[in-house]
Amino acid sequence: MKKNWPLWEVFVRSKNGLEHRHFGSLHAADAEMALENARDVYTRRNEGVSIWVVESKDITASNPENNGEFFEPAQDKVYRHPTFYDLPDEVKHM
Amino acid sequence: MKENLYKYILGIADNSLILGQRLGELCGHGPSLEIDIACTNISLDLFGQSRSYYQYAAKLKGNETTEDDVALLRTEREYVNLLLVEQPNRNFAHTMARQFLFDVYHILLLQELEKSHDLTLAAIAKKSIKEVSYHLRFSSDWVKRLGNGTDVSHDKMQNAIDALWTYTDELFHQTDADKAMIAEGVGVDITKFKDSYEQKVAEILTEATLKVPENKWFQKGGKQGIHTEHLGYLLSDLQYMQRTYPNMEW
Repeated sequence: MKKNWPLWEVFVRSKNGLEHRHFGSLHAADAEMALENARDVYTRRNEGVSIWVVESKDITASNPENNGEFFEPAQDKVYRHPTFYDLPDEVKHM
Repeated sequence: MKENLYKYILGIADNSLILGQRLGELCGHGPSLEIDIACTNISLDLFGQSRSYYQYAAKLKGNETTEDDVALLRTEREYVNLLLVEQPNRNFAHTMARQFLFDVYHILLLQELEKSHDLTLAAIAKKSIKEVSYHLRFSSDWVKRLGNGTDVSHDKMQNAIDALWTYTDELFHQTDADKAMIAEGVGVDITKFKDSYEQKVAEILTEATLKVPENKWFQKGGKQGIHTEHLGYLLSDLQYMQRTYPNMEW
């Protein structure tokens, strides 16, 4: 076996109506094998009704080194949460 | 006791048990973590099926016989599985070729068994079909993958198919118990789907750029309890706990 099968990320929808969630990753030679491997590795205890696989290299991820400029500016901007308004009692489910 | 029905059930159940044990040997030894889990998944499917059959067989036998007695406490000559399923995991190509040659047969058998007049057998068949459909998908994928892969993987798969081909004619042999059960509408007349089997196998092998072997000489005997030398070793593993600690319970 080649040692360098590419890595795939596995997303599983656990119930109809819910979104696919990241379950983990695995190695496979191609998409078809990734799907079958995902079925065996992640859904053998009846965890899912749908599987997505995507090759890990195709995911563009933010760099942890950039967390300062990416995320910290949002920390002190509480006014971006809509919590400064008085809601009339008639408005439900906000 | 319904002697013929009992024998007929063992003829189906023993295949699942012995092949399940063979695949179980790969637990922790598969070529990769993912394939290891896939093989042991299939193994557990087969063990599950064999339990259903053995529970039924034990009930027929009566006298407080349990499924474990039937599954684990017979001698080698009393197992009536096909020679194909007891063949060892020589390499991954052998494991997948064996699986493929059995799965094509297994699904055809279960599709007919689902229509059996025996409602217990029909129910077990119905439940097993989905599992076995996946087994076939998995094994035929690997036959194609290795056949279409590199020169080395192609040769290994061709060698495996060639080596196991001699055990494929036995799939369609019938015992007296088989014939009696067919007459009662309980058993499946496997001779009827020999053509479908050969067609399906040839189709996948062609897709895999592999040759359909042409040998005319075939091994037989498993259904009569005459096995290859491999079964004894397998049974000594399989039966170890029950023989060493008689009547043990989990």
